[in-house]
Amino acid sequence: MTLEKENTQVKNVLDKVTILYAGDSGDGIQLIGNQFTNNTALYGNDLSTFPDFPAEIRAPLGTLAGVSGFQINFGNSAVFTPGDLCDVLVAMNAASLKKNLSRLKERGTIIINSAGFDKKNFRLAGIDPADNPLTNSSLDGYKVHQIDITKLTRENLKDSSLGSKERDRCKNMFVLGFIYWIFNRSLDSTIDFLQRKFKSKEEVLEANLKVLKSGYHYAETSETFSNRFEIKPAEMAPGLYRNVIGNQATSLGLIAAAHCSGMNLFYGGYPITPASDILHELAKHKNFGIKTFQAEDEIAGICSAIGASFGGDLATTASSGPGIALKGEAIGLAVMMELPLVIINVQRGGPSTGLPTKTEQSDLLQAMYGRNGEAPLPIVAAQSPSDCFEMAYEACRIAVEHMTPVFLLTDGYIANGAEPWKYPTAEELKPIALKVRGARKEDEEAYLPYKRNEDLVREWAVPGTPGVEHRLGGLEKDKESGNVSYDPDNHQVMVNLRAAKVNQIAKHIPKQELDSGTTDSKLLILGWGSTYGAIKTAAQELKTEGVDVAHAQIRYIHPFPENLGELLSNYDHIIIPELNDGQLVKLIRDKYLIDAKALSKVKGQPFHAQEIKNEVLNHLK
Amino acid sequence: MLEVLKDSNQKKLTAKDFSSDQDIRWCPGCGDYSILKQVQSVMPELGIPKEDIVFISGIGCSSRFPYYMNTYGMHSIHGRATAVASGLKASRPELSVWIITGDGDSLAIGGNHFIHLLRRNFNVNILLFNNQIYGLTKGQYSPTSELGKKTKSTPVGSLDHPFNPLALSLGADATFIARSIDREPKHLKEILLRAERHQGTSLVEIYQNCNIFNDGAFSTFTDKTNKKDNSVYLEHGKPLIFGAEQDKGIVLDGFHAKIVSLKDPNVSIDDLWIHDESDRNKANILVRFFEDNSSDIDARPRPFGIFYQEERGTYEEGLNQQLAQEVELKGAPDLNKLLAGANTWEK
Repeated sequence: MTLEKENTQVKNVLDKVTILYAGDSGDGIQLIGNQFTNNTALYGNDLSTFPDFPAEIRAPLGTLAGVSGFQINFGNSAVFTPGDLCDVLVAMNAASLKKNLSRLKERGTIIINSAGFDKKNFRLAGIDPADNPLTNSSLDGYKVHQIDITKLTRENLKDSSLGSKERDRCKNMFVLGFIYWIFNRSLDSTIDFLQRKFKSKEEVLEANLKVLKSGYHYAETSETFSNRFEIKPAEMAPGLYRNVIGNQATSLGLIAAAHCSGMNLFYGGYPITPASDILHELAKHKNFGIKTFQAEDEIAGICSAIGASFGGDLATTASSGPGIALKGEAIGLAVMMELPLVIINVQRGGPSTGLPTKTEQSDLLQAMYGRNGEAPLPIVAAQSPSDCFEMAYEACRIAVEHMTPVFLLTDGYIANGAEPWKYPTAEELKPIALKVRGARKEDEEAYLPYKRNEDLVREWAVPGTPGVEHRLGGLEKDKESGNVSYDPDNHQVMVNLRAAKVNQIAKHIPKQELDSGTTDSKLLILGWGSTYGAIKTAAQELKTEGVDVAHAQIRYIHPFPENLGELLSNYDHIIIPELNDGQLVKLIRDKYLIDAKALSKVKGQPFHAQEIKNEVLNHLK
Repeated sequence: MLEVLKDSNQKKLTAKDFSSDQDIRWCPGCGDYSILKQVQSVMPELGIPKEDIVFISGIGCSSRFPYYMNTYGMHSIHGRATAVASGLKASRPELSVWIITGDGDSLAIGGNHFIHLLRRNFNVNILLFNNQIYGLTKGQYSPTSELGKKTKSTPVGSLDHPFNPLALSLGADATFIARSIDREPKHLKEILLRAERHQGTSLVEIYQNCNIFNDGAFSTFTDKTNKKDNSVYLEHGKPLIFGAEQDKGIVLDGFHAKIVSLKDPNVSIDDLWIHDESDRNKANILVRFFEDNSSDIDARPRPFGIFYQEERGTYEEGLNQQLAQEVELKGAPDLNKLLAGANTWEK
């Protein structure tokens, strides 16, 4: 859908729009992206976002490397991805235009800050000034609106007591006001936000408000757009909604699980992109008794969590690939001691430091096998920003009910992405059955730390409980007493038990369902984690084009749902799209001996629905 | 064997109550035996119920220790006991937490967690068994081995300057720094008691003889014939006196320590250095007492006792205060309110 300029004041009603805000990483692009997102959510559209920014905090100004982007797709019906290509591109400087023009639809709209297209900006962006894109007709196929936003912002604030740097920083508000007018929005949510953010900085507040309103009025009076656009609120299941970002949803899931199990939440971690926002979010809610511990390194992060778990807390830690690698030995210790622990990996591009701010799903096999010895543990994965809540909650439930460390896999894409969330109430959450044993009575038999119930779960006793004092550790233990044991047969028994205990969890998780299609469909697209939105969009579009495909998204990866093998056996063709070099496909082929095909993409970027459609169509040729 | 219940704690515990049913697997003659015995014997004197005591260790010979204590315990992974204990103490401030570690465990692989634990000042006790060697891996040099140490991994001598654990601890702003030795049970027990009573991280370096790989490393301080000439026992408010006949003293001349003979008629006992546990500057001199460039360095005794102690808020106190403050500020937790967030709409 493109924005048509028409000589009428009548609003144009559109179904779906994708906007990409792009500028220098110091231009406040992420902030206006988030503001527009909240405003859009409150307006009632369904939406999906994709913040995409450089790893450097202040990347070289004006360069391609320094471009920060925020894409939002919103519409009057269900939205599952941030959109493949955008309808509107906001380009604050030459570099952001150069970098993102290929992501704009044909005949799309470009809003340009002309101040960002001077000689210096051309040089920094590697553009020959003789080849000025604003004058060389390269933008002829698009609808281009040039505004000197910098100049207008300065003009607005000429009486402000702020320094020139601070004044210029307000120019993102001009853009936001301008876009709000075009989409017929109220400024209220952003005014509220600014009032809270700059409560104690009156001058800054005044300046931002002034420029925001000025952008809004400019759009109205300049007749840049002679008409406004409206995307009607989306039809969604009835209920109460809010906007949520993935990492925030993960944090809320942990808090909710602690609340529902009656446990105290402990989080031990070390800052790392893109997981740090979990620590930030949890630290905001200390009135829930949450203990956040910013440790000296990744190892101490998880080891402190293990200590807290030994003490009886709901213990959690989060990191990304490199940090998870450091935590490997401690995860093995938690496997050995059979203590509940939730380990969250907000995956990013690897290997090594890799692409810290870009997304990837390449740590699945690390979660599955990345420890010494036979050290199985359950793995769950979230499929969208709001699903981070449910899967974080599930990770906690499984950890506590099955006395095991659990991996929760999310990734940068859904961790930083946002969507509307039909949030639950506390009463609607699945109960978590916490069983901790009490003091031992005089006539009771001795406590055996590794004696197991029918689900092979051992009994948990925490310090402070009289009569059940015991020692845990990383050495192999006797199958019941937990005493150190070097007995060869006992080791075999324990290796088998630890594996069987994890496999047994399949009985306590939901069966695998199809997201769309039937068991008679010609082909199954099988995904896991954050590829959900792109696959779902692809499957829907294929269906409308008359191609019969089914889609299933796995959220419980280890163990797999009990019925997965049977479900997969219905299809002659299975395609597994993954943002890695083919990891789930290995697990599936290994476990079910079926000829599933990989669709790999390892570019640090999420799938476009089109890429998945193309693969399906090629396959069915 | 039945154990005490919480409501019948009046029963007086003995050292035996703290001994687990596990066979002890240290080499015969190891200094660890003596330390274990002193720890077991000091436990009943703490007046803490057995179930509220936790021993956490890393990896190494000494780290088998928790298996032999009939308390809660964890034999964790190499170098990380300090980190595990931090989390446990943050989660359960009321527990008495003891960290058992060695010179390799705490100063090599676990060096980072060690210094951070000290600066945070969790109220825990660290018993650092220093035998100046790697025992469990069969005899490589450790971070406290003397320069030029010849071992299997350094056949022509080690090249790295050793750590001074107490100087390191003082540098990391530890609030309780002490040294004892496996062969002085009475002294060790006293120091353990003081360590537990200190509110904050108590670092106790314990010289421990490894009779297999580094026998006699501390014999200077244990051999009856000369130990009194080679060690000085620090007592708060008392002058620094040592020697077989208690005839030698230490005076402080500016920042420099000097050994004097009390037999010298010109020396009065009033001139001697009076030990003050709260004096950080003096502690700085004491922790490096045997390694400065003074000409009398060979005659200097090794100090034992409490070098330094200060009162500073513990991490877990601060943590709990913050939690209470936040409840006051933001109100009691309301999950439904939190899940709804600030902006909602109805469909």
